[in-house]
Order: sequence, then structure tokens, then C-alpha cells
Amino acid sequence: MSKPVPVPTTDTAHYWQACDGEELLYQRCGDCGHVQFYPRRSCVSCHGANMTWLPSARRGVIHSFTIVHRPPTPSFDDDAPYVVALIDLDEGYRMMMNVVGDDRASSAIGRRVRVVFEERAPGRKVPQAMLEAAP
Amino acid sequence: MPAEAFITGVADTPVGKLPEHNCLSMQALAARDAIANAGLAPSDIDGVLAGFSFTQPHLMLASVFCEYMGLTPAFTTAVQSGGATACTAVMLAAALVESGQCRHVLVVTGDNRLTGLPPGGAVAMLAQVGHAEFEQPYGISVPAAYALVAQRYMRDYKVSPEDLAAIAVNQRRFAAQHPHAHMRKPITVDDVMRSRPICEPLKLLDCCLVSDGAAAVVVSAREAADPSRHRIAILGTGQGHTHEHISAAPSLTHFGCEMSAQQAFARAGTIPSEIDVAEIYDSFTITLAVELESMGFFKKGEAGPAAAAGELSLTGSLPCNTHGGLLSYGHSGAAGGMFHVVEAVHQLRGQAGPRQVEGAELAFVHGDGGILSTHCSLVLGQA
Ligand SMILES: [Zn+2]
Repeated sequence: MSKPVPVPTTDTAHYWQACDGEELLYQRCGDCGHVQFYPRRSCVSCHGANMTWLPSARRGVIHSFTIVHRPPTPSFDDDAPYVVALIDLDEGYRMMMNVVGDDRASSAIGRRVRVVFEERAPGRKVPQAMLEAAP
Repeated sequence: MPAEAFITGVADTPVGKLPEHNCLSMQALAARDAIANAGLAPSDIDGVLAGFSFTQPHLMLASVFCEYMGLTPAFTTAVQSGGATACTAVMLAAALVESGQCRHVLVVTGDNRLTGLPPGGAVAMLAQVGHAEFEQPYGISVPAAYALVAQRYMRDYKVSPEDLAAIAVNQRRFAAQHPHAHMRKPITVDDVMRSRPICEPLKLLDCCLVSDGAAAVVVSAREAADPSRHRIAILGTGQGHTHEHISAAPSLTHFGCEMSAQQAFARAGTIPSEIDVAEIYDSFTITLAVELESMGFFKKGEAGPAAAAGELSLTGSLPCNTHGGLLSYGHSGAAGGMFHVVEAVHQLRGQAGPRQVEGAELAFVHGDGGILSTHCSLVLGQA
């Protein structure tokens, strides 16, 4: 059993395609300016259907995190204990990612991270977070 | 405004390991007993609301249940709101009898998710509430999602793991006094702290059980409810919804339970300090802490210390989860939330034995589905 591989929908195909080129995209509403993640057809704030794609600078901060000792499925057993975190990107949206890297156990609320890409399957890269050097 | 909807019958099966049962057989048992508890015959039931099942999932579970039991109601549908299913179905049943669509609505829930699934099956299935593209690839689970809430909550309100552990200890004390409870051996804060880590900061004893079990209630219209029996009034109901996926939640510290409880209190014309006993969804210790504080029972960060001080015990200011809750009584899918409803009715009828809150007049019941995503509150009281 292997780890889940994201299957793009018609809303997210463009996003995942960009990930494969190691670019992180997010959406901004062309009508009201609202920034949102995950990608959707319409704006959750003004409900308009004029979403535009922007590239992220791929920097953010840990809003919260947990160290998972008991994975939900055996496909994550080899990773445990692993870190699941909610990352607030500098552009004003939030994503779930793993904090990866040898120093992941140093994860803490407020720590800055940068986004890297993990090749989950051929042609399918998923964004992950790595801790920036401690201040 | 006088209540127009009444809980007239309640029943639950034993909980724990019930390998001799399946999902539908347990549900039918609870349903039969709840109908009898209401002093009714199955033919009196003209509405049936069912929940969901992991072990016998079906596109039309309510129809399957009615067929299995031999019921042909005028109205039936299944309700799927995760842990809020039971309260939501009771709220819907109340609306059905208040509007005159039905006279007696059976609400039935139950699942054999302990013995009817392979080991770890319930945890794996529950992880599917995570977003398929943006959460599940990261190994999210329901405990992990609640742990994200707990970590932020503990930091923002300076709450210790020991404070949360006190909630689990309080509920085990109640469960020890319930002959049906899944886990009855008393525990200490040290036991909770030393239990194995699941998703930090949550440890095994911060997490709810996986149990087989079923529960059912009958909700009746005023003119249909026999006034000579001890009927319980549904005085207020409310809901609140902010998100489904935790990564899309607007906040990790403020949730829809605020709106849900406010609405239920307002409709019942009461306030938190008037509540005599509370039965509140407790999938994790953090769940109960966040809810109690959001609903106005305690200030932010104070629910855990209050539990440690005995405020949630039988002699405290708010006896809470007097059956032991999901943490110690049992958690059987949609029935997990229904056990809270059943216990509230036992309390208001004065039938809770050694767990009885003396003179209980007003009870508050709450269900939470997803990751504090969808909420439903009930205020119940004497007719
Ligand atoms: Zn907009």
C-alpha cells in the first residue's frame, strides 16, 4: 500500500500541473481581491467566478502542528513519527503540509518554513514544508 | 413559547464488543426498546430518521432499516452529519412533529465499528473526512486534526496537557458508575499522561473509544404524546457550520458551536448558568474543552482546570457527560452522539441512578461532526 497520490479535479488540474514544475500557485479573486486555498471555481467571499492564479513566494509560518505517532493507514508507518502542520503562507492563505527534513522534530508554532516539493508518484509532486534556520 | 416536540422514548443497547450483533440488528433492538419505552407500538411510528454506518453502508440506510424492521412510515430519510448526526436528527424530528408532518418520529443510530471492521478499520475510514487532495496525502487522521486544534489552543490560552487530562479522568469516574459503560476502570491524570502518544499533544486516553452499540429515541408531537408518561420537552435547538476540512477552518480556536449553542439557548429562553446537566460531544479531551468554553460555560482556557477542580463532577457547577461520554462510555458512530441524548433524558427523568444530578430540570446536549466542523445543540427540559 502506498501513500495517497492527489488526483486532480477540473478545479485543481492547473494547480497540480504547476506543482510538477515546482511552482506553488494560489488563487486571488479578480472581483473582490479575496485570497483563497484550496483552488475552487468561485470566490468564497463574493461568490464571483473570476478567480485568478498567482505564484506564491513559498514562504510561511507554522500556525499549528502535531507529531503523529499513530498513522491512519499503514502506508505512513515508515514515516512515523511525522509532523503534520498548518502553514500560513505569506500571501495570506493556509495549507496543510508535512514538515520534512532532519530537524522536523524542532517544529513549533511561529517557526518559519519554506515550501519544497516531494515527488509522490511519477509526474505528481506535492508541496511540503522545511524549517528555515531558527532566528 | 411552549414546546411542541417531546422525547417520549429512549433506549440504548449495551456498548463495547458485541460480536453477536451487526449494525442493523443492534439498531432494530434499540428502536424496538425506544418505541416500547414511549408506550407505543411500531405501527404508531410515522416518521423514521436513520444515521449512517461504516459496517453496512448504504445509499439509502433509512429505507434499508425500515425494511429490516418492518416499518412503513409516512416519512423517512437518513441523516449524515458525522458526530452531529444524532442531535441533528433529533432537531429534524422536532421540526417534523412541530410542523404536523408526523406524530411520532423514531430516530435510530448504531454501528458495530469495533467488531464489524478489521483492526484499525474505524480510524482508517474516519481519516477520509480529510480532504482527498490537500489533507490525506499528508497522513492526516481525525486525531491528528484535533491535535492541531489542541496544540494551538494550549499555546493561546496557556493550557497544560494535565489540564486536558483532567477531563478524561472526570468522565471515567462517571463511567465507573454506569453498568453499560465500555471502560469502567478509574484512571488518574498520571495514567492519561503516561498513555501512549497518538498525535501530540493527544495521548491514547485523550481519545474516544471505538465501540459497538446502538441507541434510539422517539420524538412525539404535543397532541400525540401521552401526558401521563414522563415526556421530555425539546425546548431549543441550534446549529453552526464554518467548514468541513480543518485546513479550511476560519480559526483553530473559534468554531460553530458558539452559534449553535447561542441559538439553542435563545430559542429555549435560557442561559448557560441555568443548565443543570450537560452532555456534550467529547471525541477528544480538547473537543470538550473548546466546546464548553465556546458555549459560555467557562472562560477560554478554564475548562480543563475546572475539570481538575471537580466542577464537571456530580457535585460541581456543571455535571458533564454523566454517562462517561465518548471517552469512557463508548463511541459507536452516529450512536455515540445519541448516547448523550439518552443520558440527558435519563437525567431529566430522574433515572440516572448513582449518576443522578439531583433535581435536574434543564439539560444541554451537543453534537460535533468532522473537526469541530458541524454543530448541533439541544436544550431539553421538563414538559
Ligand atoms: Zn471575490
